[in-house]
Amino acid sequence: MKNLDSLKKELPELEKKLKKYREVLLANLVMLGEIPSPTFEEQNRIKFILNRFDEAGLTDSSMDSGGNGIGVLSGKTGEKAILLNAHADTIFTKKTDHTMQVGEDTITGPGVADNSLGLATLATLPYILEDLGIELENDLVMLCGAKSLGRGNLEGIRFFLENNAMKISSAICIEGIQLGRLSYSSLGMLRGEITCSVPESYDWSRFGDASAILTLNEIINKMNDMRLPRRPRTSIVMGSISGGTSFNTIARDATLGFEVRSESQEVVENAGKTINDIVMEVSSKTGDRIELDIFAKRIPGGIPYAHPLTNCAKTVMESLDIEPRLAPSISELSALIDENIPALTLGITKGESTFKTNETIEIEPIYKGLAQLIGTIIAADGGYCE
Amino acid sequence: MNKLQKWIDNNTYHHSEFWDLKKLVEEKQKKGLKISLCLPTLNEEKTIGKELIIFRSELMERYPLIDEIAVIDSGSEDKTLEVAKNYGADTYLASDILPHLEPKKGKGENLWKAIYQLEGDIIVYVDADISNIHPRFVYGLVAPLVYRDELQYVKAFYDRPLAFSGNTRASGGGRVTEILIRPLFSLFFPDLTAIIQPLSGEYAVRRDVLDKIAFPIGYGVETSHLIDVYNKFGLEAFAQTDLDKRVHENQPTQALGKMAFGILQTFIKRVNAMGVFNVEHYETVLRQFQVKRNHYEQNLIEIEEQERPPMIEIEEYRKKFNKKV
Repeated sequence: MKNLDSLKKELPELEKKLKKYREVLLANLVMLGEIPSPTFEEQNRIKFILNRFDEAGLTDSSMDSGGNGIGVLSGKTGEKAILLNAHADTIFTKKTDHTMQVGEDTITGPGVADNSLGLATLATLPYILEDLGIELENDLVMLCGAKSLGRGNLEGIRFFLENNAMKISSAICIEGIQLGRLSYSSLGMLRGEITCSVPESYDWSRFGDASAILTLNEIINKMNDMRLPRRPRTSIVMGSISGGTSFNTIARDATLGFEVRSESQEVVENAGKTINDIVMEVSSKTGDRIELDIFAKRIPGGIPYAHPLTNCAKTVMESLDIEPRLAPSISELSALIDENIPALTLGITKGESTFKTNETIEIEPIYKGLAQLIGTIIAADGGYCE
Repeated sequence: MNKLQKWIDNNTYHHSEFWDLKKLVEEKQKKGLKISLCLPTLNEEKTIGKELIIFRSELMERYPLIDEIAVIDSGSEDKTLEVAKNYGADTYLASDILPHLEPKKGKGENLWKAIYQLEGDIIVYVDADISNIHPRFVYGLVAPLVYRDELQYVKAFYDRPLAFSGNTRASGGGRVTEILIRPLFSLFFPDLTAIIQPLSGEYAVRRDVLDKIAFPIGYGVETSHLIDVYNKFGLEAFAQTDLDKRVHENQPTQALGKMAFGILQTFIKRVNAMGVFNVEHYETVLRQFQVKRNHYEQNLIEIEEQERPPMIEIEEYRKKFNKKV
């Protein structure tokens, strides 16, 4: 078992060694990235990964009833388990052209950063650890989480956490970007959609204002006027809007996708109630049908800033000249926090144009990101993070 | 047609039959074969990186099926060679190989020079413009040669046939295949009609066959290969593998006209030599038309399908590989 100081010294060398796995990692990234994987339809990506796990000789690699892909790299003692998680779904539909373009030092394509790279890291890690002769004391459980984003609402990872019998001592969530990201706490969150619909029959007495878009606009204005506290920090993200069909037809439907995020659960709940009141008020005033659908919630929490797991990750990052950027998360970390499992989210490389079809990642920083991940795993395996 | 049907049944594969790469590599090693992959390029910076990453990872690092990967370039003006070098390919300018020969520019030139430059007993050619690249593009073509010693030339095809009933053909080929090659083959080489996609740019061939056939440097190279290998070795030397879907940029009809013109020259040369035709002279200018302000203009394009002789006739080659004519 390595002590933390000797591990720190070895990490820059590890970063150099990892360059020889470029083709294997990037090939996994490209092949995975070209398999469409919208939320609820992740099976083909997960089958690909399970195939990789089988080839690497992992025990118990299988798809669970929650649709997750799981592989276990057995440790020498296997007393505890370290969980590595990467979500398998992307925001892109099956119809999107998923072709990946490999440039001299970048890779571009939909979902390449979020989260094909995270997934490719999981797919490649058993191969790298074996080739480098890194043997762990504890089991390394690799989870490719299904149904994570949007309406998936972390269903995959929650299913896994509720149904597995492993003793998970700590967990690391892997995201493609950004390198330096260190998330150890979760925000409170409430995610929903507001859908306004006007009746099919057009009422000429309401000439000019019978549009679902106008009704939705009214709601948006009222949400924008909501008083939010500066402390605890709170925000409303108006994330997406859609509605109507053409220039000259009154919009029958309009939908707003939004999230309320706050460090305080109470504030999130109050904001939810206020939005509900706004919906009722506008609905009664206009006579339009308005539906509020809250389909995802997170409870704020996390490990303390000074938790040994956070400290280990910071030490590892600093020894690799990575500047840690602390930021709360609302992704899979929340599910782990809910189960009282010390957990972090780490990013693997730098990238841009996230959530667009020209999402791009840089290749060179990947080795640093991988060294950071392996370093943190070794530290956790050595018991320095508990 | 029984003969053709028998050939199709015995010599047509689907890449999924060769999924077990471990077994394939064992067989290759048992037979002591060396396999080279050649990617002919001209301005392919968008796709070459991905092809190299996938082939190197899957067919060199993980399963050592391929012994060398070479990019042979016709003089790209983009970053094709830089990207290829960056991802570990051996890169060559076609004009730097056998430099004392008068340089010619065309894909066939690159393929021909690969025979001299590469070391493999089997050379597999894969176009560099495939955007849905996958290891099957190589192992699907190489595997029949590794497993069956009597095969010499394995050709790719892509669109799955809709039906195989009697003489009903698949809807497999591209436009030039269906309106030029297939009618010509039906007239003069009916056996070759069994090859579903005669113009596909992906094929694996044994060196001992490659060095005995001439190489048109332009559009006619695939057609000439089929006719020459058929004449020398018969239909039984061929096999074909279904590689599922191939995504690449589609060519406009006018470009296909040029292609067809080049192919026809190659074809006529061969049937002339066989004594089927006796065309002493033919034009090498393709005439297409364009409209400029209600005025119809001729667009004259000189396309002369030059050919390289069989590589075995080149002295340096015979020396390098210790071969005799």
